[in-house]
Amino acid sequence: METTPLIPQGVKRCSKLQFSLWMAAAGAVLLWGVYAMYLVWFKGLNQTNMNDAYGFALWIWADLAVIALGGGAFFTGFLTYIIGKDKLKNIINYAVIIGFICYSSALLILAIDIGQPLRGWFIFWHANVHSMLTEVAFCLSCYFAVLTIEFLPIIFENPKLDRVPFLHHLSHNMHRIMAVFAATGVFLSFFHQGSLGGVSGVLFGRPFAFREGINVWPWTFFLFTWSAAACGPCFTILVTWITEKLTRKKLVKDDVIQLLAKISGWMLATYIIAKIADTLYWAMVTAPSMGFSFMDFYSGNPVYGIWILILEIVICGIVPAVILITRKGREAKSLLMLGVVLAVVGVCVNRWVMILQMLAVPVVPFEEWFMYAPSWQEVATTILPVAYGILVISLAHRYLPVFPQERELNPTN
Amino acid sequence: MKEEHGDKHTKRYGMVIDLDKCTGCGACMVACYAENNVPFKKDETDKLDSLNWIRIFQLTNGKPYPDTEICYLPMPCQHCDGIGKHGHPPCVSVCPAIATDYDDSTGVVSQIPTRCFGCRYCMAACPYHARKFNWWDPVWPADTKKYLNPNVSTRMRGVVEKCTLCFHRYQQARDKAYLEGREEIYESEYQPACAQACPTNAITFGDLNNPDHAVFKLKNSPRAFRLLERLHTNPKVYYLSSKTWVRRAGDNYLENESRPKSNRQKIHS
Amino acid sequence: MFPFSFEWAWDIPHLVFHGALWYVLSIVGLGLTYCIIKSAVDTFREEDNGHH
Repeated sequence: METTPLIPQGVKRCSKLQFSLWMAAAGAVLLWGVYAMYLVWFKGLNQTNMNDAYGFALWIWADLAVIALGGGAFFTGFLTYIIGKDKLKNIINYAVIIGFICYSSALLILAIDIGQPLRGWFIFWHANVHSMLTEVAFCLSCYFAVLTIEFLPIIFENPKLDRVPFLHHLSHNMHRIMAVFAATGVFLSFFHQGSLGGVSGVLFGRPFAFREGINVWPWTFFLFTWSAAACGPCFTILVTWITEKLTRKKLVKDDVIQLLAKISGWMLATYIIAKIADTLYWAMVTAPSMGFSFMDFYSGNPVYGIWILILEIVICGIVPAVILITRKGREAKSLLMLGVVLAVVGVCVNRWVMILQMLAVPVVPFEEWFMYAPSWQEVATTILPVAYGILVISLAHRYLPVFPQERELNPTN
Repeated sequence: MKEEHGDKHTKRYGMVIDLDKCTGCGACMVACYAENNVPFKKDETDKLDSLNWIRIFQLTNGKPYPDTEICYLPMPCQHCDGIGKHGHPPCVSVCPAIATDYDDSTGVVSQIPTRCFGCRYCMAACPYHARKFNWWDPVWPADTKKYLNPNVSTRMRGVVEKCTLCFHRYQQARDKAYLEGREEIYESEYQPACAQACPTNAITFGDLNNPDHAVFKLKNSPRAFRLLERLHTNPKVYYLSSKTWVRRAGDNYLENESRPKSNRQKIHS
Repeated sequence: MFPFSFEWAWDIPHLVFHGALWYVLSIVGLGLTYCIIKSAVDTFREEDNGHH
């Protein structure tokens, strides 16, 4: 009887031993995170270094950051299926997988972060439609379902699963109407990326984060969606590059990467202009009306100086935007990767300040700055999704035809 | 505006705390702990994860001796009316599960611990840090369990709690008035534990909308101010002080508005 | 989430929010159902053709 191989035909994969060792290493880190998760779930949030001033901390930052980085899935999907950039079909699978990992991680971190995890369903059942967090929870869960639907056909393309007639047809049929799912995903993403920005933007008791806006949506709503669309694809490019380095082969053609980088660059350039305008208005109008001068937010504490704003807007905003929108910048591999890394760091710094610096700033005049360093349990549970992501990517790369151009770029004979 | 159970007008319960009278003794805190079954830690050194529904700050004018002045400032939940006096405090609209609510008939910002799943968004929203999280399960040493107030349910680990203006006392007063065939409750019938415990009568409590209540006049005193008014949180807790530097310590001011720099000092009682 | 939750109100915010939610859930649900039914039909047709 003929046996179907598990690994797609015509591609090279490392030996079983090498793969097992790699998976064991990632698995060990994962177990460390799972142990910390167990401690938090069974002993409670006293395992963290959060306190009544720091109700939001490392985890909420991690949530915001992975969702921004996972934004590559919705924006690449938008470009591929709705705008019709066919070239991006060569990277959309990977963007979807990275998005799937990011969103499942975000949901897991949220489940760890809440004080009463068994009551987590209250957010859906007793939904307060006025809360940004409710919108986040609904859109996040729905979009995760969409990402799962987008991921499934890729899984069904595994040679062994593809032999099952029903799964073969299911994969085919899902591919056929993928544009419908992708469009729904884009709709959901615009809202939850925005709502995550709204989470801190609506807090009129927090002059550092509060922003005016349109109707119920503060400016951060639009800035977060925009920055996720700009920096998410950069993360997809970065992970693709890391995967290529680790597997020692080319997986996606340069023109595909450069097209995505170019679009990202323009998104980033326009975003950073909007961000600068927003920062200026906030610094000159919003904050002073609440009795705060701009430098009140960047002085009088050991960590948050003006450097963090320069890092976010200039070094990780303007610089990568300039690199990515210029042809020379995109074509020089090292410059391209520098731009991509800076953009990724930039969006993470933005999410950090909008949560952690927001809570550090003293609002009551006779209070001091609040400083926070995470406990090892918080760090371990934040690294947990990274290990989980490595495991999922390794399995996906080994057993699924993720990169349509792999065979062409790496002929086996 | 909503009217419930035949109330003649909407109430806005609040308090006026006379800082000229407050000695910082902490009786309000103790009374609050006992009345509301607020649990405590074995070691209360770190106040940032302590449960307390009312805290006392020590403010100083920052001047060297002999010009040093200090002022004690008790701070419960400010029961903000929020922007536009329409029940939009910073914390209520953000709660994803409607575990905190603004009561239109009394203006009390309530907290429903059994509804709360501990996302702590309300804590991030509150500029006063009036909201406290149960980082641990409550422990009632020895016989202290027997002394718990049966009118207030204890809370569990993983939920947020805060000052309710002793709302259970309001409910009891309403019940009593109903049985006696009255539509209104008397001012003295509903007083929170902290106001009753204060030995210098620094805390006055009542309906800010009712001209017959003491707070009505006090809130209009030239000595009156509220904390962080510039944020438009619109609190229902008023403070009184005859000292300008204390009144200015209640808000943030720009350099050219001559903010007294010295107030950035805090000592928990 | 449902009109029978006691905090439900028939106001514009609820209608907009839950309208969008159920609209999205319907599209995803219907899309998925279509794929599953179509695949089942395709599979049976293929088997039938195989027999002939």
